[in-house]
Amino acid sequence: MKRKTLIQNIAFGIFRLMALSVVAILVWIIGFLVVKGAGALSWEFITESPTDGMTKGGIFPAIVGTLCLVVGSMVFAFPIGVMSGIYINEYAANNWVVKFIRVMTNNLSSIPSIVFGLFGMALFVNTLGFGDSILAGSLTLGLLVLPIVIRTTEEALKTIPDTYRQGSYALGASKLTTIRKVILPMAMPNITTGLILAVGRVSGETAPILFTCAAYFLPKLPTSIFDQVMALPYHLYVLATSGTDIEAARPVAYGTALVLILIVLIVNLLAGVLRGYFNKKLR
Amino acid sequence: MSIIKASDVDFYYGDFHALKGISMEMERNSVTAFIGPSGCGKSTFLRLINRMNDLIDGTRLTGSIEVEGRNIYDKKIDVDTLRAEVGMVFQKPNPFAKSIFDNIAYGLRVNGVKDKAFIEQRVEESLRGAALWDEVKDKLKKSAFELSGGQQQRLCIARALAVQPKIILMDEPASALDPLSTAKIEDLIFTLKSDYTIVIVTHNMQQAARVSDKTAFFYLGELIEYDDTKKMFLSPQVEATQNYITGRFG
Repeated sequence: MKRKTLIQNIAFGIFRLMALSVVAILVWIIGFLVVKGAGALSWEFITESPTDGMTKGGIFPAIVGTLCLVVGSMVFAFPIGVMSGIYINEYAANNWVVKFIRVMTNNLSSIPSIVFGLFGMALFVNTLGFGDSILAGSLTLGLLVLPIVIRTTEEALKTIPDTYRQGSYALGASKLTTIRKVILPMAMPNITTGLILAVGRVSGETAPILFTCAAYFLPKLPTSIFDQVMALPYHLYVLATSGTDIEAARPVAYGTALVLILIVLIVNLLAGVLRGYFNKKLR
Repeated sequence: MSIIKASDVDFYYGDFHALKGISMEMERNSVTAFIGPSGCGKSTFLRLINRMNDLIDGTRLTGSIEVEGRNIYDKKIDVDTLRAEVGMVFQKPNPFAKSIFDNIAYGLRVNGVKDKAFIEQRVEESLRGAALWDEVKDKLKKSAFELSGGQQQRLCIARALAVQPKIILMDEPASALDPLSTAKIEDLIFTLKSDYTIVIVTHNMQQAARVSDKTAFFYLGELIEYDDTKKMFLSPQVEATQNYITGRFG
């Protein structure tokens, strides 16, 4: 075999190995969780409250709590993020103000999540007096994912060629109408991707809700946005580190992790369907 | 009487002096072709007539352009209203990601038309006007992207017709199309002339000769020669024009 071909093949082999190892790790993690956690799964597990010092019973309140936080944070982050993205890409001239906004948005996304947690506690819990609550937790998580939503919106809008904007202006449409009726529908599938990423991030974060929302043990459902809730990631943390009987709670912990991953997967699937729907509307 | 009148138009992109002292008038219900080598300013000038260049930062205009006697660069002019009166067809077909019907109806809706029966009627008239009706009448709900390139461009013309502009600007409307589609667009321009004033930028000499009543030759930001198309092509007065249309440069 020629030397050149050999080098090509070795390089290709290495790339393939790397790509496959990523898949392998993912499969390993999920497989590990399924093996360890599937035994804990049952109808009761996802519909009942924890009992016996969290070593028995279900995790229903934590599932509900996490769903509340996901919805709450998106209600906050999605409109603000999309509107900011629209402003940055469509309205603002490319001057220092926009550059400043962009740098700041990037900085926002590199702040450690525990810092968001402390900030959320200082602002929402204490200063604004929301207390430990779904509202405070959602706002904190919303802040955390704002950069993701802004960034993907911006990128999504950037991929729409200017010729569509001009085509709309040429008919006498205003800028706002053009964005609403022509540009946003075309950008929607990619903006939805941002939503998926944000939801995935929110449902798995522990640090931001630590001081703003999450309850250690609260076997009842919230009745208002000012209630505390249990949340899956924090529940997992509690089970693994500070339960009354950590060993006895192991199966519950694995089951919780599995449920958390399943929820994220289901949300991703739903978002994929949503993305497909927006895509179809364009064809 | 002229419908478009440019007087001493100078136009700058930042420091670049793109148009130099352009003065010209265009007749109602006529076809005017802008020709000239790339970068000569012909598209820039076209885009001044519906203020499309407003979208670019750092441009500056002196002089005036009047449409039906009103200076369109006057502060009181509403740009959106102007653009409804001065339609535009672009180089590459740019139908919206909507159905064929909604593409045409869009211009009416954004201009405040709500009457459904009227919209349906205008959609049909516009598609007929753009010689597209027979090809698409059975699939109005289908996406515009399913049409061929030539059909898409005629859809864009129909879209412009729907809002009943007085002037239609065409920026190399056939340059991305095959010869057959190009011929259809040229036929269309000939028919549309009776109802609209058309200004067309083209790189194709034969096309300019075939479709236009008057031709304007631009070179390095200046209007070199502007006359009846026949005269321009048979006996141009300026040597540069002669050289360009005979293909010696450009």
